[in-house]
Parts: sequence; structure tokens; C-alpha cells
Amino acid sequence: MKDKQLSVRAIKEGTVIDHIPAPALFKVVSILKLDTLDTMITIGNSLGSNKLGKKGIIKLSKVFFEDDQINKIALVAPCAKLNIIREYDVVEKRVVEIPDEIIGLVKCVNPKCITNNEKVHTRFDVVSKSEVKLKCHYCEKITDQDNIHIL
Amino acid sequence: MKNKNLVSITDFTREEYLRILELAAEFEEKPRQDILKGYVISTLFFEPSTRTRLSFETAINGLGGRVIGFSDSGATSASKGETLHDTIKMVSNYADLIVMRHPLEGSARLASEVSSVPIVNAGDGANQHPTQTLLDMYSILKTQGTLENLKIFMVGDLKYGRTVHSLLQAMSLFNPTFYFISPDELKMPPVYKLHLEKMGLDFHEGKDLTEFLPEADIIYMTRVQQERFTDPIEYERVKNAYILKREMLEGCKPSMKVLHPLPRVNEIHTDVDASPHAYYFDQARNGVYVRMAILSSILGIK
Repeated sequence: MKDKQLSVRAIKEGTVIDHIPAPALFKVVSILKLDTLDTMITIGNSLGSNKLGKKGIIKLSKVFFEDDQINKIALVAPCAKLNIIREYDVVEKRVVEIPDEIIGLVKCVNPKCITNNEKVHTRFDVVSKSEVKLKCHYCEKITDQDNIHIL
Repeated sequence: MKNKNLVSITDFTREEYLRILELAAEFEEKPRQDILKGYVISTLFFEPSTRTRLSFETAINGLGGRVIGFSDSGATSASKGETLHDTIKMVSNYADLIVMRHPLEGSARLASEVSSVPIVNAGDGANQHPTQTLLDMYSILKTQGTLENLKIFMVGDLKYGRTVHSLLQAMSLFNPTFYFISPDELKMPPVYKLHLEKMGLDFHEGKDLTEFLPEADIIYMTRVQQERFTDPIEYERVKNAYILKREMLEGCKPSMKVLHPLPRVNEIHTDVDASPHAYYFDQARNGVYVRMAILSSILGIK
């Protein structure tokens, strides 16, 4: 607990993404394209967590996300929690929710799908959220949780 | 239905299915009409097909329309590396409607998003073949007098057969009871059974073709292909169990019909051909009327 409070207080304004499963941390980094930001970012991984065993945490100074932007990470980190920080205080806590439609983020599992053979943005309807199942808008095949590859 | 695409069987509603079938019956009465005069329809077959292409072209010619297109992508710019996107963009400048078959799944949906004219999917890999489904429905309606409350047997490869999956989706709107008869390796996938459960429909699953046949209104045969089996011995063991022979049809309802999307290899013995239950060749002829109905309603003529 002490560690968590410290990390939250370490930034003045911004967002802390907590409770990321350790193996998904760098996927979250790539989904949110954090490598393109030039603000202060602190990344911690494989930290002890009662809930997840090992977790990752990302602290972003002066960065705030729109819902549809941050919800994308729910695919790899469904129990991630967001703390919004203003003047060193947590002013808002948010959870992520898988959106109903996912565009241009995930690769279709079907090698014979047109999206794997021609330059097209992938597009999926989310047909199940508890155990993630994505139905390809093009080939109509299901890509499930175990086969999700982030593009 | 004017300017609507027909990419997936689920693109059409129950009312739209019925409208197409009603129009198909009108075209069967009067198959020569000049209503497509002045229209150019493009048939783009990126992979070979006999029945589907000829049936579309017969439908277009019968209604006085003109056809442009190709039956083998080897002779086109696709072989020079042109993308589907570009081919469709270009052809939609020339034609009033595009009929296409392509080996990749989802290709017709992509084409419908790129094209300025309507797309009719004539098969996209193992995914959808909606005009086949509509002609299957027309054959059922014509032989049974109704689509409602029928007992429909689906036999053979229920795992990979796109025709049975689409027919199941479309017919599920008409309160059927399905009987799925297949080897264990080729059972109906769970996603379709779940769909039936959600719709509150009854279905039965089994391995023995003869057991319930006297109940059947429709037997829809598909082929059990050797390449679907990982174990060749298993194929040898089951292959003869899914071959329909004339003697098996004794005791069936007089109105019962055997359907098959064709091509048949050996899954229906030729001695069934002369039986009054055989309907698969008539079924292929129905395809012309159904495609006339689809093309003229999408072009806004009917």
C-alpha cells in the first residue's frame, strides 16, 4: 500500500494506470502509443500485487485520456484502473470497459481473411465481453481471447 | 432493396427473403423479359466456378442485360498485383452492378465498402454464398409449399460447409426443426447450435443417417471430403455411412425432397437420381430465377 501511495503522489497532474497484468504492460504501452509521447512517463513492472500476483503500473505526467482511447487497453488489461491526478491528489478513479467495436487494433485470426491479405483496417464487433470474443466485420470469423494479437 | 448489397445472408430480413422468393416465382412463370436492357452487369470471378457463374450470366442474358467480366483472374491485372480495392474501384465505373466470387473471406464486404455500385457476393472463400441460400430456400418453398415448421436434415460435412451454415441462419426465422447427421469430426459448430438455442428452436444431432429419415421434409446433403480428416483410417471408416442410396428412402414422406448444392461426387448414389425424391438438378435450375429476382430488385426494377 505504501508503495502505491508513493507512486500516485509522485506526479502533480496526470494519469496513473494501475493493475495492469505484468505480461500485458508493454502491450498497453504500444496500444496507447506511449513511445510517441515526450512527456514524463514512469513505468514499473513485475511489482507485487495481491490481486494479480505481478502487476505493472504506468504514470503519465500531464496526460489525460478520452474514454474511447483508454478503453482499447481493456483487451489486454481488463481490470486496469485509472487514477486521475490533479495537484497530487486522486480526483477521479476509473475502470476500463471493452468497447462494442474495435477498429484497426487487432489482427484477425483467420489467415484467409481479406484483412490479412490486403491493406485494410481490421474491424470487429465485440460479441462477448466477459470472455472476449471478437467477430470480424469482413470474414465473420471469431477471434477469441487467446488469439488476440495487437497490430 | 434498391442499391442494397447482398454480401451476407444476414444482410436481408425475413420480409426481403420472402419478396425475393415471390419475385423468383414470377420469373419462373415468365423467364424471358427485357427488363435489364441497357444495363451492364459485371461478373468478376477471381476463382473458377461453373454453376454459379453460368447461372448468373443466364439470368442476366434472359432479362436482356449485358455482361462484362472474367472467369479466371489469371488473365487480369490481379495477376500483375492489382489490389481488390483498385479492381473494384475501376469496375464500378463501368458497370451498374458487380457480381463477384473471390477466394479470400471478407473480400465481398470490402468490395461493398469501396464500390459505388451494389455488390452481389457469389462466394467469398468459406464464408458466405447468399444467392445459393436463397435458391435453396426457393427450392424448399416450391416443393413444400411453405417455409414454416419443416423438419430439415443436414447431412455430411456440417463443420466446414458454408451452405449449411447460411441455410441454417436463414431458415431459423421460419420455426424449423433441424437434424444434424455427421461424423464426430465434422459436427455442426457450437456457434450455430447456440444461435438455435437463443431462437428457442429444437434440433437433434446424430451419426446415423437412416434413423429418423421417415420424419424428414428436406434432406440437405453435403460431401464428406477426405482432406478434412487428419486420420485417413477414420475417413475410410466413416465415408460410406454418409452416402444416400435409394433403398434408404423407402418409408420417407412422399413430399420429401433431397437437395444438394452440387457438385456431387459420390455422396448421393446415382440410383437416387430417378427417384421422385431427387430434386438437386431442379434446384440448380431454380438458381437462375432466384438470381433474376435478386438482380432486378437490387437494380430497383422490380
